[in-house]
Order: sequence, then C-alpha cells, then structure tokens
Amino acid sequence: MDQDSSGMFKVQQTIGSVVCCKCGVPMPPNAANMCVNCLRSEVDITEGLQKSIQIFYCPECGCYLQPPKTWIKAQWESRDLLSFCIKRLKNLNKVRLKNAEFVWTEPHSKRIKLKLTVQAEVLNGAVLEQSYPVEYTVRDNLCESCSRFQANPDQWVASVQLRQHVSHRRSFFYLEQLILRHDAASRAVRIKQVHQGIDFFFGNKSHADSFVDFLSKVVPIEYRQDKQLVSHDVKSSLYNYKYTYSVKICPICREDLICLPSKVSSSLGNLGPLVVCTKVSDRITLLDPRTLRCAFLDARQYWRSGFQSALTSRQLVKYSVFYVEPPVGEATVGGQKYALSYVLIARESDIGKMLTVQTHLGHILKTGDQALGYDIYGANVNDDEMAEYRLHGRLPEAILIKKCYDKERERKKGKPRAFTTKKLPMEMDESRGGRGVDPGKMENEYEEFLRDLEENPELRFNISLYKNKDYQESDETASMTDGEGAPTVPIEELLAELELSEEGEGDGEDDMDE
Amino acid sequence: MATRLQFENNCEVGVFSKLTNAYCLVAIGGSENFYSAFESELADVIPIVKTSIGGTRIIGRLCAGNKNGLLVPHTTTDQELQHLRNSLPDQVVVQRIEERLSALGNCIACNDHVALAHTDLDKETEEIIADVLGVEVFRQTIAGNILVGSYCALSNRGGIVHPHTSVEDLDELSTLLQVPLVAGTVNRGSEVIAAGMTVNDWTAFCGSDTTATELSVIDSIFKLREAQPSSIVDEMRKSLIDTYV
Repeated sequence: MDQDSSGMFKVQQTIGSVVCCKCGVPMPPNAANMCVNCLRSEVDITEGLQKSIQIFYCPECGCYLQPPKTWIKAQWESRDLLSFCIKRLKNLNKVRLKNAEFVWTEPHSKRIKLKLTVQAEVLNGAVLEQSYPVEYTVRDNLCESCSRFQANPDQWVASVQLRQHVSHRRSFFYLEQLILRHDAASRAVRIKQVHQGIDFFFGNKSHADSFVDFLSKVVPIEYRQDKQLVSHDVKSSLYNYKYTYSVKICPICREDLICLPSKVSSSLGNLGPLVVCTKVSDRITLLDPRTLRCAFLDARQYWRSGFQSALTSRQLVKYSVFYVEPPVGEATVGGQKYALSYVLIARESDIGKMLTVQTHLGHILKTGDQALGYDIYGANVNDDEMAEYRLHGRLPEAILIKKCYDKERERKKGKPRAFTTKKLPMEMDESRGGRGVDPGKMENEYEEFLRDLEENPELRFNISLYKNKDYQESDETASMTDGEGAPTVPIEELLAELELSEEGEGDGEDDMDE
Repeated sequence: MATRLQFENNCEVGVFSKLTNAYCLVAIGGSENFYSAFESELADVIPIVKTSIGGTRIIGRLCAGNKNGLLVPHTTTDQELQHLRNSLPDQVVVQRIEERLSALGNCIACNDHVALAHTDLDKETEEIIADVLGVEVFRQTIAGNILVGSYCALSNRGGIVHPHTSVEDLDELSTLLQVPLVAGTVNRGSEVIAAGMTVNDWTAFCGSDTTATELSVIDSIFKLREAQPSSIVDEMRKSLIDTYV
C-alpha cells in the first residue's frame, strides 16, 4: 500500500500465478495462458519457412549467384554473405527476423548453416520467439565471365591500335614510361609491339575507352572507332561486338624541323616558315628560332592542316662551335630560357666552311662546344614549301637544335647509368619477316632515348626512374673533377624499387622530389 | 464431476445454458444432444427448461439467477416470460428488469448468498437483485474488467476468476464472496470463464476444448469430486434425525 506521485492511493498489484492449461505447471498469466513449452509444442511459427536451399558459387572469382544474372562477391562468413543468404529465403516477411548468425561448418563441406531467430504473433496476441537452423548447399558453377575466360584466355573485346607513322620509336618509349607511371594499361589482356606502333587488347570496352582517353591527354591523337559483330542472340536481341580503336599519334616529334604551310603560318600570326618542335604533350609546341616566338597546336588544330616535318632527328648533323656572340635577345618560352645570338660554326665533316647563323641556344653554347643541328643548305628535303622558300633565298643555312655531349659521354663509356627504367610486358611481332623490328636498331634507339631523358629534366616530369642497384657513386665523383660532366639525373629524382623480402619490407619508395 | 460438451460444435457452453441449484435453462438447438447431456446428469434432480430470451439463444449471458429467483432483461417477450414462470418451480421468482445494460448474465455474477455487479448498474436494479435473488450485492471489477458476469464463474463452494487477476484482488474478492477463489482458464486458455462453463454446487459443464489440467482445477475449486446430489440430501437427513431424537 503506497502512494504514488500524484497523491492517489494505489494498491500494489502482485501478479498471481495460474496453471498452464495444458501441462499444469504454475506460471504467470500470459495472453495464451499456456506455458512457453506447451505453446511451442502447439504452434510452430517456422512452419512454411524455407529450411534448406541451394546457392551457386563461382570458385574462380568467389562470387555467389543471385538469380537471374547477378553475381555478388562475398567472403566466407562475412556480412555480405549473411545478407545475401537471408535475401534468398522466401516467405521470411511473414515473421519478424530478430537475429541471424553463422553456425560453423567446415569450409570444404560445401554447406553454409545459419541460425535464425524469428518472432511471430500467435493465438490472441502472445508473441512467440523461436530459433531454427537453415542449411544452404553450395554448388560450384563458373560465372559467365570466368567461363568465357576459361574457354579462351586470350579473348579480347576491345583493342586499341596505336600508330605513329615515323621512322623511329622514341615516342613509344616515352609513352611506355608514361603508361607505366599512370598504370593506364593495367587492365590490358595483351600488349603487342608491331611495326610503327603498339596494339593493346582489353576485355572490356570501357577499359579501352578509358585508355584512349588517357592517351588523348598525353599525346595529340586522332582516332576512330569501329566494331565487328561476333555473335547475335536472336531471342533476347543481344549483340556481341569486338571494338577496335585506330589511334594515330601526330607525326611531329621533338627536335623536328618543320616548314609550315603558308596558311598555317599566317593563322599562327606569321610564324616564320621554319619552326622547331620543342615539346610534344597533348599539344605541340612550335618555336621559331629566329624570333623566339612560340605557338601551341592541339590535336584538332594540327589535323586540320596535317603538315609533316621537313627534317627529323635522324638528319641531325654535328657542328663545332667556334665563337658565340653575346645574346641579342632573351626570352622565356614555356618555362625554358632561350637566348638569341649569332654563332660561328662549321660542320664537323666540313670544318673548312665557316657559317654564321642565328641560334636560339645562346644560353648554353660556348666556344669549343659541339652542337647538333640541321644542315638546311645541303639537305635534300622532299617538301614543296621549303623548295619554294629556298628559291626565294629566305632560308638560313643551318639551324642548331641542341648541344652535343658526346665528348663528355666518352668518359663514362661502358659504365652503367645511375638509373634504370621499367618496361611494359610486350610481345614482339614475329609474324612479318622484313617489316619486323630489328633488335639492334631498337637498342640504339633506346640508348638515345635514355640520353634524351638525362639531358631534359622536363621530359622526366611524368616518368618514374628507379635507382640502379649496380651503380656505384664513387667512380662518377672522380670524373666530375674534370670540369663539366655529362648531364645526369640527379639522385633525388630516382625512386627506389619496392622489394618485398621474406622478413617483410626491403627498401620503401622514397620519392622526395616529386 | 465436471462434464465436457458442445453446443452445435461450439465450446462456449456458458453462453447457451444457465445452471443453478434449483433449475437449469438450456437454449433451443438444432439437435437434442445438448439437452440430453444435461438431462443425463440432472434428470430427476432439478427441472431442465428449454427456452429462448428475446428470440435469441444466448440465454446464459442474458439472464442471471440463483435458487431464489431469475432476472431476465426487458427484451424478453411475454410468451417467454410466461413459459418460464410455468416451467420453473414455484419458489423461483421470475422478474423482468428494465435496465439499460440488458446482458444481465455478463453484468451479474451470483450464487445463493452473494452477488457481484457491474459498476454502472442502476440503483433500482441493485435493489431488485437484492430483493429477488436474496443476496448481498457488491459492485466490483475483476482484473480491471467491469463485466464481472463474464469473467467469473461462481457457486456456493468456490469460484474461478480471470487469470490476470492480481493476488490482492483475489484476496479482496474472496473476502467479499466468502468462498475460495482461484485464477484460472477454461476451454484451452480462454479467459472468459463464465462463457466457457456453467456450474452449480454438485456439477459443472465445460466446453470440450477444456484440457485435463483445467478440468482438475475446476473439480478442485468447486469441490465437485465428493459432491453428489444425494450427499447433500444425506447431510440434511442427518441433521433432521438429530433433531428428531
């Protein structure tokens, strides 16, 4: 007998006990007036619920089938697997699911056991809770993509045929390094090297699409897409195609000499007919060596006119520099400093004949240097425009392109470089005999490419170079005392390769510069 | 001894019959089985009357009575009233009441000495009850329900109430009624006791769904095991002989 907060007198109510109407055991009264055991024996709320079911599992990719067609990836005894198993049960919406957990089974038994606790209302309001086991039989069934792969592992759905119609493979070496750095070809099923290009094969059209997108961002390209019907499911109207992207890289390369057609020249603001290509990224940078003016052409602009280069780096000849006059003008173009000055040079092969030419390399050339350039006077160029200009006598005799470090390299001959590069897993095209790639020529070209990398820091920007383990520093420092050495890659820019040894980690990547 | 039976496949025996110490009312059913069941138990002891009240068969819930009298609602027709008066023994007073709550069987639970009434019953009705039935009337609730007639089955020897009745309530009611009470169920866990069974001092009738456990509870609380109609007469005879000598 106590008073509650409102001041009302309330009698304390103790719940009495009644006997269970079935078994006679005393119990507190409930809605059914039966003890729990009798109620359970009377009513089975799990009646009509699925207790055993079959599910399909792909052993290759570890996915479970949700019919009709979806495959869901799930780990053994994970939350995803639990929710997937519960979703597969029919009729579970009739009762309320309270709890679900895995019961341990041997992983190789091909059985998954779940213990579900459900609640349902019975007999005038009493809520009964019951647990029951559900057994899933796991059957192995390869999913579609895995079975397709098993049948023919080389099968590709999309291919990208990358071509550049020039006589050297420098762009492809550079592209290879770029691709490695950005992991753009990680999803390629196969990579094949062919004459004047590389073929990439992908399992998925979207992979090929993203690869072509990546290419368009790093080099100026033009492409077209074609498809070929492989199979056709009449009933569901599904067409299987093979897609091919034909990608052409612009044939203008670094260090090329170009004679611009008059239209292009005037559209670029009367840029002198002879221009040097200084940088190729997603745009071509053209530098007029006489005025130090620059123009940028992107892929679309280039292909509107589609001019070819007049002289390429194969036709570079060596000049000796005898005298460099002080620069008459300086400019910084696209991050690079140039200085315009007159130099007295002569061809290595023809020392007697001295020429005075204007050059944009005034900032790096000194007396006694060697330089590489184009001999316009003596060159045999298959270019109408240039022939016309020559008629009018408006062409310089030679244009210097870059400084030559051959003498300095003599000292380092035979010694390994401080850095190495990685390579893409490419197949060589063995099929066509005469038009196949010559390995000796390839090596020379690669050597030149590496030298290029050493000389131009801006080229190294997007590339990963790795420390050469065989390289020893002490030799280099000895030779450095003899004045200016050949340009090398500073050691801060090099990455150490990630080595995973048995004990754990070897060197980590120390990328301090970029 | 408690008997299990059905009225036309329905286990709610207390709805279709009314049993007291002096008479028994049964509803008119399609077959005679219900009537025969009562007859086999009670044939020579008390009269069994087949009737309807207000044209309905739910007579057990509409009327309330004991050995002294019978109260019927205002819906009873004159013919039914006359029939009842004719069939029942003379000492039983049959009275028709004008009362808003016409299901008197649900509102009044009574034995020969004391009655529990619905809390909203009229004052006049209470007086009539006290008068006609010769009982003391208490307005009460059982386990919070005001329909005391439905949730309590009462005889002179004991009673069963709604299973959710608390211990304190049980004590209170027991003190009022002066009989032992138990909270129990009938008809396999049904809480509406009076609808599921009907009882007097020596016999009880329950629905056929009643489990053996419930039956044993009924037997024990109403003390039906030793009770035979003859034993009551024997006890009376013993006292008579005593006075003779």
